[in-house]
Amino acid sequence: MTALLEVEDLRVAYGKIEAVKGISFSVEAGQVVTLIGTNGAGKTTTLRTLSGLLKPLSGKITFDGRPLTGIPAHKIVALGLAHSPEGRHIFPRLTITENLQLGAYLRDDKAAIQKDIQRAYDLFPILGERRKQAAGTLSGGEQQMLAMGRALMSQPKLLMLDEPSMGLSPIMMQKIMHTIAELKAQGTTILLVEQNAQAALSLADQGHVMEVGRVVLSGTGADLLHDESVRKAYLGED
Amino acid sequence: MNELPQQLANGLILGAMYGLIAIGYTMVYGIVQLINFAHGEIFMVGGFGALTVFLWLPDGFSLLAAVPLMIIGGVICSVAVGTAAERFAYRPLRGAPRLAPLITAIGLSILLQQAVWKWYPDAKKDRGFPQFGGDPVHIFGADIQRGDFFLIIAAPACMLILGWYVNKTRSGRGMQATAQDPDTAKLMGINTDRIIVMAFAIGAAFAAVAAVGYGLHNGQVGFKMGFIMGLKAFTAAVLGGIGNIYGAMLGGIVLGVAEALATGYMHDVPGMEQFGGGAWKDVWAFALLILVLLLRPQGLLGERVADRA
Repeated sequence: MTALLEVEDLRVAYGKIEAVKGISFSVEAGQVVTLIGTNGAGKTTTLRTLSGLLKPLSGKITFDGRPLTGIPAHKIVALGLAHSPEGRHIFPRLTITENLQLGAYLRDDKAAIQKDIQRAYDLFPILGERRKQAAGTLSGGEQQMLAMGRALMSQPKLLMLDEPSMGLSPIMMQKIMHTIAELKAQGTTILLVEQNAQAALSLADQGHVMEVGRVVLSGTGADLLHDESVRKAYLGED
Repeated sequence: MNELPQQLANGLILGAMYGLIAIGYTMVYGIVQLINFAHGEIFMVGGFGALTVFLWLPDGFSLLAAVPLMIIGGVICSVAVGTAAERFAYRPLRGAPRLAPLITAIGLSILLQQAVWKWYPDAKKDRGFPQFGGDPVHIFGADIQRGDFFLIIAAPACMLILGWYVNKTRSGRGMQATAQDPDTAKLMGINTDRIIVMAFAIGAAFAAVAAVGYGLHNGQVGFKMGFIMGLKAFTAAVLGGIGNIYGAMLGGIVLGVAEALATGYMHDVPGMEQFGGGAWKDVWAFALLILVLLLRPQGLLGERVADRA
């Protein structure tokens, strides 16, 4: 069977500096796949290339049977690839509801959009309580919830989450990870980029460890969680 | 005779003109952080477009019926020039250092002025613009020229349409999103290139409406008219808080009224007798700009730019 997302020998550069130096991995429908690694490993660059914000130097990206390279970012969403970017990037001067509506920018089914907004409020009740508030007034964790809810509004086949736990309190981080587990249980396919390797690997079916632009280790989430080099490098064990 | 209502009316009419032009500066700046210094010339081209349509009409055609056609002609010319400028002059420079598009804008401004001067028939001098004849209408203690009713109606109508577009339509929402965070807007599926063209087009269309108002008010249009009007409208946009569409109109009206009041009353202020009258109005307009920038650098309705998370 072919995977939902297939990345082959992807290389991406900023000017002369190559940030991603030939990586390959795939995501099957229904799976949670995680990319872990330190700052500068190329994880965010990979996601930004998949969603079309960056152009690759070379390599092949196949999504849902179609090549993605060369398609502009605003058309990739329509194919079913949603990206919740690093640093959340909610629209600060629009309300929560308006942010969610923008997530459904390309959809025309008004009634279904309304239903999905309600679903986002069920998933994150705090957003429902503050729906008329400007998104910029939310706390970091609440903004993360909004960014995830907004990405889900396009009814994606694949949801890409970039550092959803970044800068959050431990309690908020747990909440977010719990939500990701819930989404997984509902059958959402997720590509998760995280620095919090422990949390990410516990959730993931597949994991890939990235170091300076390369995948250095791959395996199931459980395997990597018990791998000695991973434990030393990313889980803070001596 | 109390001349205050008259001065206020003059100021409002002038301010409506500034405000309509200022919308174009503020929308473009809000989305691509570019000061489109050719916008004054886009306004000027709109005036000539409207005049051309009028000259095409048969003699004796009613001016009232001609005005809508003139607006259409002006809007077509301004929008064509504005969107072509975006496509061929500014878009290739996106991502270039800020100075490059700025210099391009100044170059474009000179090009447009000279092109009209050279190729528009008899444009080396100001060309007469059709006038509504008849006596001024006396209301609220002010005499208002018949032609000025155009701006009194058109400016609020334009603002209502713009408010509706930005807040109620999908593409208007997309415009707000693009202004706040262009990359993330793309992730929502928003074609940001098209939104940018839209911002240039709306700004140009409003400038053309202002140009029809200018022609009806002054009785003439000329290839140089975009320079000082553009500068004043830019001032109005900064005054109101650049990037804020309501601020642009407010800034225009504040500027217009301030100019009119300074013109009318400065010579009554002891010690300032020689600084009143029309010759000094530009001085007072720009003094007001400096004052606002010192006391409230973000402009009247501008928001302080918060750090992005």
